[in-house]
Amino acid sequence: MLIARDLTKSYHSGEHELTVLRDVSFTIPQGAFVAIVGPSGSGKTTLLGLLAGLDTPSRGAVILDGADLTRLDEDARARVRGEKVGFVFQTFQLIPTLTAQENVQVPLELRGDPRAAERAAELLRRVGLGDRTHHFPTQLSGGEQQRVAIARAFVNAPRILFADEPTGNLDSDTGARIVELLESINRESGSTIVLVTHDAGLAARAQRVIRLSDGRVVSDIETERAA
Amino acid sequence: MSKTPLSRLFALAWRESRTARRRLLLYMSSISLGVAALVAIDSFAENVTRSVHEQSRALLGGDVSVSSNEPFSKTTTAFFDSLTRTGNAIAQSVTFSSMALVPRSGGTRLVQVRAVGVGYPFYGNIVSEPASAWPGIQRGRFAVVDPSLLVSLNAVVGDTIALGTGRFVITGTLKSVPGDLGISAAIGPRVYVPDRYLAETGLLVFGSRAQREALVRLSPKLSQQDFVKHFRDRLRNDRVRMRTVAENEYNLTQAIDQLRDFLGVVGLVALLLGGIGVASGVHAFVMRKIDTVAVLRCLGATSWQVLLIYVMQAAAMGLIGAAAGAVLGVALQFALPGVLSELLPVDVSVSLAPTAVALGLLIGVWVALVFSMRPLVALRRVSPLQALRREADSDALRNTLRDPLRIAVTIAIVLSVVLLGTSRADRLSRGLGFSAAIALSVAVLWVCAAALSTLAKRSVRPRWPFVVRQGIASLYRPGNQTRAVVLALGFGVFLMSTLHQVQSNLLRALDVRLEQARANVVFFDIQDAQAQEVDSITRAQGHEIVQRAPIVPMRLAAINGKQVTEMAADTARGRRRPGWALRREYRSTYRDRQTSSDKIVAGHWFSERRGNDTLPQISVEQELARELRLTLGDTVTWNVQGVRVPTVVTSFREVNWARFEPNFFIVFEPRALEHAPKQWVYLAYVPQGSAAVASLQRAVVSRLPTVSSLDLTLIQRTVTNVLEKVTTAIRFLALISLTLGVPVLFSAVSATRRERLREGVLLKTLGATRRQIGRIMLAEYALLGVLGSLVGVLLSIGAAWALMHWIFRSPFVPSIAPAAIVAGAMTAVAIAIGLLTGREVFAQTPMAALREA
Repeated sequence: MLIARDLTKSYHSGEHELTVLRDVSFTIPQGAFVAIVGPSGSGKTTLLGLLAGLDTPSRGAVILDGADLTRLDEDARARVRGEKVGFVFQTFQLIPTLTAQENVQVPLELRGDPRAAERAAELLRRVGLGDRTHHFPTQLSGGEQQRVAIARAFVNAPRILFADEPTGNLDSDTGARIVELLESINRESGSTIVLVTHDAGLAARAQRVIRLSDGRVVSDIETERAA
Repeated sequence: MSKTPLSRLFALAWRESRTARRRLLLYMSSISLGVAALVAIDSFAENVTRSVHEQSRALLGGDVSVSSNEPFSKTTTAFFDSLTRTGNAIAQSVTFSSMALVPRSGGTRLVQVRAVGVGYPFYGNIVSEPASAWPGIQRGRFAVVDPSLLVSLNAVVGDTIALGTGRFVITGTLKSVPGDLGISAAIGPRVYVPDRYLAETGLLVFGSRAQREALVRLSPKLSQQDFVKHFRDRLRNDRVRMRTVAENEYNLTQAIDQLRDFLGVVGLVALLLGGIGVASGVHAFVMRKIDTVAVLRCLGATSWQVLLIYVMQAAAMGLIGAAAGAVLGVALQFALPGVLSELLPVDVSVSLAPTAVALGLLIGVWVALVFSMRPLVALRRVSPLQALRREADSDALRNTLRDPLRIAVTIAIVLSVVLLGTSRADRLSRGLGFSAAIALSVAVLWVCAAALSTLAKRSVRPRWPFVVRQGIASLYRPGNQTRAVVLALGFGVFLMSTLHQVQSNLLRALDVRLEQARANVVFFDIQDAQAQEVDSITRAQGHEIVQRAPIVPMRLAAINGKQVTEMAADTARGRRRPGWALRREYRSTYRDRQTSSDKIVAGHWFSERRGNDTLPQISVEQELARELRLTLGDTVTWNVQGVRVPTVVTSFREVNWARFEPNFFIVFEPRALEHAPKQWVYLAYVPQGSAAVASLQRAVVSRLPTVSSLDLTLIQRTVTNVLEKVTTAIRFLALISLTLGVPVLFSAVSATRRERLREGVLLKTLGATRRQIGRIMLAEYALLGVLGSLVGVLLSIGAAWALMHWIFRSPFVPSIAPAAIVAGAMTAVAIAIGLLTGREVFAQTPMAALREA
């Protein structure tokens, strides 16, 4: 459901041209759990940005669920995100002035969905925070915040979920639990997960690992878990 | 646009604004004072106008008022008779100044006598204490007086008061007289008597000045317009003025409108300053929201949704800020009539003026919104990538300069300023001039700020201590706040300092040069035959007459052979002479020597006469000479009580009217007027103080009751008192304006708070001590404060000069003290706010800040 075709991204920094991604191509089917790994500076975050339609490539195309993101304008991409994409960030990125439930509601409210509150509460229960709906992010631990973020990511029943170093700010135990949560919800909803990480252990849990180095795909392997 | 209903978005906006609300409100409070001023001024004007309308007939006293400075001619009196025969009513009054004496206490004072006829006034109630005194005034030789007069004459109700040779019994005091300014009682206390006994006083003699008024109550068959149409021209040649109720009301409301417009500019300026505060504050607000906006964009919000969310927050807070201002304005409006009651001719009934409030609110919200929009539109450009990366905030808002929407908003701001300025000005040229001045000052401030940054970069020397260098570096490094702070601070200082400069210049113009006068008592209305006696009375008390000025009343007959009537009819552009100058009664004097108040600016003083066939010489006051288009050598013929006296103009004089001395438009050489019918003005010097002055006045008045006198030091003191009140009021206003600067400055400084914090904490981590960080901040803010204030002050001197020159037509002298005070105060405020922000740096631990980064 996600096709990357010859993705290239370059930046102009002064007189130099810095090419961060070169001719990256792959296809990810619906329901897959894919990890994109590589050392820092390999272009993983840039690739994530392109795949999610947060940015446009210098060359190439991204086709998400049949729509060519590179041909859509900023606002159209935003709408696609609202309908089909979920995000989990390394730094949780919860809106500090909203409660847990209000945070989870946001994607639905932006679409004008009248059942936003209901659905948000449901999801918070699913991630085990049913009793913390009215707490603010500052009142939650890192793991709890990330769980809220996961609830938010799934509230609009996305077709694909992007996670950028979701365990980066968490200790290993909490991190492991977060990943388990991600996986289980993913199985229930049938959405695709694309996970960007430099943690090999985390990557090992995915069904497929795409390795980047210096802006190129150096390997694209299905792991035993795929079976 | 998406299908999201607005209300949902508003709910989200409201929730998201939770912690920001207080700060946003503080920024919006910048406009509250401006709104308050506008609402107060407009409401007050509306109240006064309405009161004038309601009381318009009472203010005039009749449907029409016919007045003259001379006794009514036979034609006019016949005309009045015809009016009474056709069902209209006439009530006459005569007003003049005279000495009043209370024989029992010996108290004496110059008063304003109003001799009124039966029926006066037709409209409006004169209320006395006791209430029966006024209605009964026509029944005998009764007088109703101002209560302050009883105090100054040491008299009580029931005492006899002597006016000239007439005697009246005081039956009561005045509680309220419609149409009179309360403050006039301080200068000329009133004495009302029936006009039937006027002749008994013997006061209206040759040379006395009295105003005669006839109030007309029209019968239902005759309308004001018909009356005016048919009879105005008939009476014009009799030197009679006519005023209808409608005209009177119109004049009053015109004056009020002009005052409102003038004051409204002050409110407008306050509002604009507030707008700048709002823009700075919202800019700071925007910077804090970049991360949230990025996340929202990731979650599916379009750029318009994002903009709308924050515009809603700004609009809500702007509405609250404007509403607070409106409430304050309404409260002020209730207080104003009380404060100004002495200066108003009407009793102002205060009620809510909904249009004024609505207008103020609307303007306030608009200003808040349009100034907020400029920083807000940048939010549309925040890339969702920001959520993934951690770029510097200034990068996230890249490309905003070329944003067409931002340019459109800037144009909207400019247009708003121009529109508001012209709506309050009485002339389009004034409104445009105002807008241009604002634009110019903003431009100059901008340029100075940029220059400051460049200068800072170039002037830094390695030898200077680190803290100073760091402080200066803050001025030119990327993302510096120099422009914003210099603009806000400079503009604020500019406005306040202009106000102060204009205030001190106006006060200087009002400053009556109360020099150590050579004389402290003046006697006037002295008939020729009485002059000798005044002399001897004064000498008997051991005092000196220091100046004797004869006064000969006369009228202009011809200039260079052209008769007055001919000149009055000639309205051609280069030859027009104003009617008042041609028709007025001139009270001229003659002397052979120049006095110290005569300053010849052209021609020469009277030269020795060579023979009796040459024309007598006159010296003319220079402004009058200009109005009458006189040149040296012109022949001016005068009508002195029926005798034509031709003269030649040999000099122009500059007269200092502010001196307490008899000053004259025309001075003759003695031989022309020595034998003309005249009055005298005597100036005497009494060294021992006011008790001795009062005793001299009493002595003269008891023997010569028609001679009036004034204690000059008393007058001086009264005038000084009044001026002091006005001065205090103006100073108070100016001081209040200083408080405007604070929220604006606060907003401006907040704009780069985050960078400040991050940097300060970083420095702390690297080993900087509290003191060092404090001094770095001090260096930066001190520089910003001093330079911003300096530019503001210089601009204000330019603006004040322009105002004094074009609007007030007075000379301008820059006042250093007020300028220094304003500059100093604002610099202090800047430093204080800067240091307060610095405190946060001290409070935060490095770990917290670094983690946040």
